[in-house]
Amino acid sequence: MPTAPAFTRYADLPALSGLMTGDEKHRSAAESTREVLWVLYDRVLDVSPETADDPDRDRFLLSKGHGPVPYYAVLAAKGFIDLATLRRWAEFDSPLGHHPDRTRIPGVEISSGSLGHGLGLGVGTALGLRAQGRTRPRVVVLMGDGEFDEGSNHEAVAAAGRLGLDNLTAVVVDNSSATHGWPGGIGTRFSAEGWQTRSAPGRDRSALDDALTRPHRGRPLAVVARVRPKG
Amino acid sequence: MTAAPPAPAPAVTAQPMRDVFAETAAAALDADPRPVVVLADVSADRFTDAARRHPDRVVNLGIREQSMIGVAGGLALTGMRPIVHTFAPFLVERPFEQVKLDLGHQGVGAVLVSSGASYDGAHYGRTHMAPGDVALLDSLPEWTVHVPGHAAEVPPILESALRGDGNVYVRLSERGNAAARPAGPGTHPIRSGSGRSSGTVLAVGPMLDRVLAATEDLDVTVAYTATVRPFDREGLNRIAARAGQADVLVVEPYLEGTSAHEVAAALSDRRHRQLSLGVRRDTEVRGYGTPADHDRAHGLDTAGIAERARAFFLL
Repeated sequence: MPTAPAFTRYADLPALSGLMTGDEKHRSAAESTREVLWVLYDRVLDVSPETADDPDRDRFLLSKGHGPVPYYAVLAAKGFIDLATLRRWAEFDSPLGHHPDRTRIPGVEISSGSLGHGLGLGVGTALGLRAQGRTRPRVVVLMGDGEFDEGSNHEAVAAAGRLGLDNLTAVVVDNSSATHGWPGGIGTRFSAEGWQTRSAPGRDRSALDDALTRPHRGRPLAVVARVRPKG
Repeated sequence: MTAAPPAPAPAVTAQPMRDVFAETAAAALDADPRPVVVLADVSADRFTDAARRHPDRVVNLGIREQSMIGVAGGLALTGMRPIVHTFAPFLVERPFEQVKLDLGHQGVGAVLVSSGASYDGAHYGRTHMAPGDVALLDSLPEWTVHVPGHAAEVPPILESALRGDGNVYVRLSERGNAAARPAGPGTHPIRSGSGRSSGTVLAVGPMLDRVLAATEDLDVTVAYTATVRPFDREGLNRIAARAGQADVLVVEPYLEGTSAHEVAAALSDRRHRQLSLGVRRDTEVRGYGTPADHDRAHGLDTAGIAERARAFFLL
């Protein structure tokens, strides 16, 4: 009787995360992204370990580089990282640290940690694909509502909207961690700049899937994933 | 009785480096699918025709200098070769963390081409001056830095930068030398001193003609380089070894002492003295006026260089 390969399911993510300990400071930041990451890698993104260098792959850019435990767990479940590597995380010579390094982990598109860099890189990636006539791949950038404070994001949101980058998607995980908040909601900052904006409960995998996959023609897409406020 | 010698000529020649850069970059867009020009309004008027021919490869982001570098990093991640251009302070200093992280830390490269140098726009004041640009980039590994001294040096520098994948900074100025010199890697002797000479003067880019005028009555070797990183340690060592003394005076058009650590490393195998001339770092010169006024204020006019060269070599 065939059995499912070990540690490849959504239900395996807690066990995979459990192999990595010692980042309690970022636990709530980490917990807030698990479902979004799973839905992206399981249902939305067209990328696998075999296509990790294919120029026509979809790109996922983790801008919010802190709290990467669920990211590494999802990459492990999808075969980008092996289990033995997870156990050695944050050691000096481990490829896995508390902020990801793209040059050391297969399938990781950007190195992040300092906030507010992913969306600018995403805009450039979307422009590069467009300039090469690669109309199929999507570029998805995951950010946090606190990270959105960084002014560099606002340059990138405006530029992407004006340039009509419909191959670009921003997912903002909103756990109300921004010190001064976003009156009217983060989505209004994107829609005012010409983005298609949607929101979804950040723990609801089918709602996230729907928000990420419904068509949005001619302009970039922002999905605000609301989760329980940071405790 | 002899007449007093005539005052030395300013030894600065106007150089249309920005125009030549724009023409060279536009031609590169026509010839090669990889380059993309990324702008923040500055010089956008010089790329109007190129943008018409290559609408997806001339990207003007408006006045968004952090995004310029982030976008360049993203473009490079897809295999493109970004050419990023604005005035030096807004290209290097304002988005410095993007330069550090969105290029170097991602393991990708871009060609950054600045205009304005240390104080070409003297009348704009300190906000438009960037004497610290090369020193700042020097805090990052694996950058190539070119400081051309003549507009004709710009095309070979840019074409070579576009063929590669690494991070390259090209520091344009509208003020340089009367003649073009070899602009690629290497230290090039321009005027050789005798076997008993007092030492070597290394002139970087636009400083050459001033250095030649300032040292014409000294027995020294004058060498030229337009490529300061990687620094040609071996070449400087060879030239210094041929001089009567291994003493070296470096004259750079940006922050004083920017290359002092490189000269020290180049000459670590021989007893020597060294002195660095450049834009002074002990005070902020709050003047407007002209670039020539600032040359005088920093001792980088011919007279200022001559005075300090004599004090150094005729010790």
